[in-house]
Order: sequence, then C-alpha cells, then structure tokens
Amino acid sequence: MNILSAKNIAKSYASHTALVDISLEIPRQSIFGLLGPNGAGKTTLIRIINQITRPDNGDLYFDGEKLSPKHIHQIGYLPEERGLYKKMEVGEQAIYLAQLKGMSKNDAKIKLKYWFEKFEIDAWWNKKVEELSKGMQQKIQFVVTVIHEPKLLILDEPFSGFDPINANLIKNEILQLKKQGATILFSTHNMGSVEELCDNIALINKSKKILDGSVANIRRQFKSNIFEIEFSGNMMGFTNSLWTYGKLVDHTIDGELFKAQVQLSAGTKSNQLLEAVLPVVEIHSFKEMVPSMNDIFITKVNEVGNNK
Amino acid sequence: MNIINLIIKREYLTRVRKKSFIIMTIIGPVLMAGIMIVPIWLSMQKTEKQEIQVIDESYLFKDLIPQKDFIDFDYPDISFVKAQETFYNSGYDAILFIPDNILEGGKTIKLFYKKQLSVSIEEYIGSTISKMMYNVLLAKNKVDVNTIRDAEVNSRFNVITEKLEETGKSKKTNTGLFMAIGIGGGVLIYMFIFLFGVQVMRGVMEEKTSRIVEVMLSSVKPFHLMMGKIIGIALVGLTQFLLWVFLTIALYSVASVTVLKNIDINQVQQKAEVLKVGADLNYMQMKNIEKPNVITAVWNDFKSIDIFTIFVCFLFYFLAGYLLYAAMFAAIGSAVDNETDTQQFMMPITIPLIFSFVIAQNVIQDPTSSMAFWFSIIPFTSPVIMMVRLPFGVPAWELALSMLLLIIGFIFTTWIAAKVYRTGILMYGKKISWKEIGKWLFYKA
Repeated sequence: MNILSAKNIAKSYASHTALVDISLEIPRQSIFGLLGPNGAGKTTLIRIINQITRPDNGDLYFDGEKLSPKHIHQIGYLPEERGLYKKMEVGEQAIYLAQLKGMSKNDAKIKLKYWFEKFEIDAWWNKKVEELSKGMQQKIQFVVTVIHEPKLLILDEPFSGFDPINANLIKNEILQLKKQGATILFSTHNMGSVEELCDNIALINKSKKILDGSVANIRRQFKSNIFEIEFSGNMMGFTNSLWTYGKLVDHTIDGELFKAQVQLSAGTKSNQLLEAVLPVVEIHSFKEMVPSMNDIFITKVNEVGNNK
Repeated sequence: MNIINLIIKREYLTRVRKKSFIIMTIIGPVLMAGIMIVPIWLSMQKTEKQEIQVIDESYLFKDLIPQKDFIDFDYPDISFVKAQETFYNSGYDAILFIPDNILEGGKTIKLFYKKQLSVSIEEYIGSTISKMMYNVLLAKNKVDVNTIRDAEVNSRFNVITEKLEETGKSKKTNTGLFMAIGIGGGVLIYMFIFLFGVQVMRGVMEEKTSRIVEVMLSSVKPFHLMMGKIIGIALVGLTQFLLWVFLTIALYSVASVTVLKNIDINQVQQKAEVLKVGADLNYMQMKNIEKPNVITAVWNDFKSIDIFTIFVCFLFYFLAGYLLYAAMFAAIGSAVDNETDTQQFMMPITIPLIFSFVIAQNVIQDPTSSMAFWFSIIPFTSPVIMMVRLPFGVPAWELALSMLLLIIGFIFTTWIAAKVYRTGILMYGKKISWKEIGKWLFYKA
C-alpha cells in the first residue's frame, strides 16, 4: 500500500489557480521527488499534505486512511523557508517542537540527545538559536523534523544552506531513515540529488502534473539513443566509418582524445555501431547517454502546451 | 499534554523569565511606594533650625514673631547696613528686612539668604507676618481681634460626604480617594492593555519573520497558535499585576512599621492633601478616635469602598479588555511583514482605547453623566471607563450589561482576528491594505 495517495487535488486562490487535478501515489519506504519550476504549485501541494491548507477538491489518503489531524504526528515537515525562535534556547526549543508532534518530554529529551551527539551539536544545547551559525541552525532544524520518527518525511529543499560536507551528512541520514522504514517526499531544484536519491518523481508545471513515474523509467523514456564514444585516432576516419549505423551529432577534442556523440540510426543495434568503428580507431569508452533529470525537466517544461 | 496548553506554557515561561519582566515587577511597586511614602518621610525629617536676624524698621514686630522648633528670630539692635556687612561672619541663615512704611500696604519684606531657604520657610514667614499685620490693622481700627478670630475658626469646616444607601445605612465616603482609585484603575487598565497587546503583536511578527510559523502550523492549527499566545501573555500580565499588588502592600506595610511609625499628624497635614486624608484625620479627631495615624485613616477610607468588588471587576475588565484588543493586535501582526507597516493599522485599532483614556478626566468629574454611561457600556471603551466609574458606585444592571457586551465584544474580535491571522500568517511580500485584509475574511480555511 502506498503511504500517501492524492486524488484529483485542486486548489485555487482569489488571484490564481495553484493546483489542477493533481494525483500521485507515493509508495512506502521510497524516496519521491516533487519537481517543478518556481510557482508551479509544489509548496501548495506540500501544505495541503501537511494540513496547513485544505484543498478545494480531491481526497488524500495516508496509509489507507483518509488524511486527518491525527496523522500530523506521523508526518515530519522541513519547509523551504525555515526558521526557529531566535531567542529561545536550542534544547528547550527542540523539546517544545517535539512535544507539539506528540512526543513526551522525556522521550524527546532522550532522542534529541542522541541526535545532537550524532550531529556533533551537543555543546549547543543551552545556547540561544541566534548564537548559532546558519549551518548549525539548519542541522537543528533537520533534527527536529525527524525526531518523532515520522512515517512520512516531507523535505522542501533540504540541502539549501548546507556546505558540501553537511549536505552529504544529510543525504546519508535520508538514506538511513529510508532504510529504517520512513518514506521521504522531497522537493528540490537540485536535479543531481534527484538522480542520486529518488525512486519516483512527479513533475508539476503551472498547477498541472506533466510527468510522473520512476526515475529509471523516465530516463529510459527520454532516451534519444545517443551514444558517447571516447577514442584516439583519426576523426575523419571515425566519421566515415559510421556509415548508416549512426550520425555524428557532436564532438569535442581534448589533446589526443576525441569524444564523439553519435545518434544511433533507427533499427540499428548499438553492437553494430561498435563493430563499425572498432577497426578504425582506438576505443577508450563506449556508453549510452541517458538524459539527465535536468535535461528532462527543461525539455518537458518547455514542451508546447506545457508552458502556456 | 494538550497542544494549546503546551503553547500557553511556552509563551508564558519565555516571557516571565526575561530580565525585563523581573525589572518591571520590581520597579512598579517601588515607584508607587516611593511616590506615597517618600514625601511623608521627608516631611518628618528634622531640618536644621534656621536662625533669622530681623531688621525691623517699623518697630512693630520686635520679639513678637512666634518661634517654632524649626525657626528662631533674633532682634539685634543694629542698622540694616551693618547687618548686611556682618551677615557672612554671623551664624545667621537669613536677614528679614521689614521696611518702616509697611502699614501702608502693598509693600514688600525681604529675606536675604546665604543658602537657598526652603519654600516652607518663605511661606511661614510670609503668612505669619501677614497675619500679624492683619491683627495690627484691625486693632488700629478698633476692631476686636477676638471677634474676628472666633468668626474665622467657627466658619472653618470640612465637607464629609456620606453615601446614604436605600437600606437607610450610611457610609462615609471620600470623594478624593474615589477619584484617585478611579483614575488609577483606568490608567492601569489602559497601560496593561496596550503593553501586553503589543507583546502579542510582536510575538506574532517574530514567528512570521523567523519563519518558524510554517513549522508550527504543520503541528498545530492557526487558531490554537493564536489563542495560545494570547492566553499565555494574558497570564503574564496577570502575574505581573498580582506581583505588583503584593509587593506594594508588602512595601507599604514595612514602611508603616518602620519609617512612618511615629508620624506627627499636624506635620503631615499639608503633605497629605493629595490623599485628602486631612479631612479624615480631623473627622477622626472629631470622633475621638484614638491615636489617629495616616495609615489607619487611609485604610478606613479604603474599607468604605468595597475594595473587593473593585478588585474583582478590575481583573475582569483587564482580562476581557485585553482579550478584545489582543485579538486585533494578533491580526495586525499576522498581516504585516515588518514593524513600520504596523503603524497604519495600529492607529485605527487603538483610537478607542486612547479616546477612553482622554475622556476619563470628564467621567471622573461626573460619573453618572450619559457620556459616562454610554462609554462604560460600549466594549471598546468600557474597560477604562467602567473602571473609572466603579468607585463611585454603578447600578448592578449597568455593570452586568457592560460585562456582557464586553464578552460578546472579545468573542467577535477573536473570530475576525482568527480569519485574518489564518491567511496573513503565511502571506509575505504583498502590500497589505485594509481592502486586502477585508478580502481575507471571506477566504475558506
């Protein structure tokens, strides 16, 4: 069963429409990417799932039950625009936020100590939030999001504000949490992280869903049958040897090394292409170019009909 | 633990632990006690006896000016010029110069001093000389001084007001004290509503600016967040007020047993004018009450006012008035993005409150006028105005009506504020106008 099921969600505000007929399914113990340009409606959808706003139409199911206030304790939310009470002490504030998510005070204290030691921010327990650097504040924010062991974790741009080392720390925590049974809904513009982490994605543009599915399938779907061949030898000879098997689309030269991108002809197998160029040049690498999520995003959003 | 209780607890604790709260708690009673006690204490201080050298060219006053324990008059037989020359080497504090033509009226007597003389010395000399002149002039015109004196003394009286109840019982009242309590109560309510209402607004704005509000809303409903804050701050205000009352009473009790213990009534008579206690002291002397002292006099008057009812009403009007305004302050805080934008909204909201403060003066002069009646009933002004009216007595039905309307009032403003808060709290960057806020009233949840 899917941890979250959204059916035909619609939401409009007085000045504009935010969401039109959005449906998605998030499988348990997976990482789901919610993608889209700014203003697409992602934050609106996230707020609806968090029950901060209510949809005009549509239904939401959490773990099989209709989404209701009691599920608040099973969801953790890290908003994109995030912050803490500046003048409140770190430890006290973390306990407060944990209690609001249904934890008991003692339970919260124990779990928080564990996380704080793990993240090496133990020393900051009694400091006021405003005394901390941004990076440390972000760490604390992450901890209070996951502290109550929610079944569904919603992270909106979780890596923004982190240096590469801490970003890596967070990434590993996310994978760890998934292993321990959590499901993660993850909204971001950082396509690299999408490729690295997400099992499934949904792409939203101008309040509509324009793409969804597993990352692997989607990349395969957008494959344009282009192969990248690294070789040393004669460029001319290489191009001629392509014959009917493929067409040279692009190439770069780096000293003695050539990198060519070849569009495989329809009906041709990749092996045939390889056999064709093998006698002519010294091959260093031969691989299929699977489009990046970045490229897919741009392509799909710019498609006619999707960007009106 | 219930969510809203968690919020109330947090809002309360973070504020009462602040240094500013503790300082305010101490300063208030200290100031209050100071204002009441210090003047009385000062008047008790034995000041150095002033030695006055009298150069009387009219020869009317020699050896006649009454000595007091704070002032001595000497009449050396020297000229004015000589007196001035020897002044600085002498032990005299001042030279009193009386010109020879003083009986002609409109003349001036002069006091030359080394060190600035106190006002009471000046006043004493002025009034004593003038009284003596008065008697001399009467004698010159063959009017019997004693006849005049008797008439003066017998025509002096104090007005003592007593309230005649329907039951036939009468209770001595002190209008001055009523006025003091009325205005005091009104001012306190005005101050508290403003002070703590603004704290609500600031708290809401802090949550918006720091962006913690979105995290909070993923755990609690907007209405709970708003009410938790309003109630938490109400408790802070209540705590502050109760601490003030206890501390003031404690300070005053301590003072009455130490500093004010041996107060001499006559000395204090003038200084106690503010409390109109003088009248009561005379009254008590009239009724042969033993050892009248300032504290007992004030206390008796307090008892005549049914201080308990006033205290309970004060708590009600403080809380209900605060709730009415705090809701609106919360709404403003949620609608704006920064401090400067609050000005345009705060103005209209606080006008009724300021207005009630301004007309309190009028109400105090005439507590039963129709203006007093209407403004003690209308919810936006009733917290201040009703408090002003209370010491003078308010018919039960008027009080009940006022309280009922105030309750309806704060329920109404809370309802409106909740709608505004719910939308405004997540809205950033938009230029907010009254029209915009009006639209929010119709948004769905």
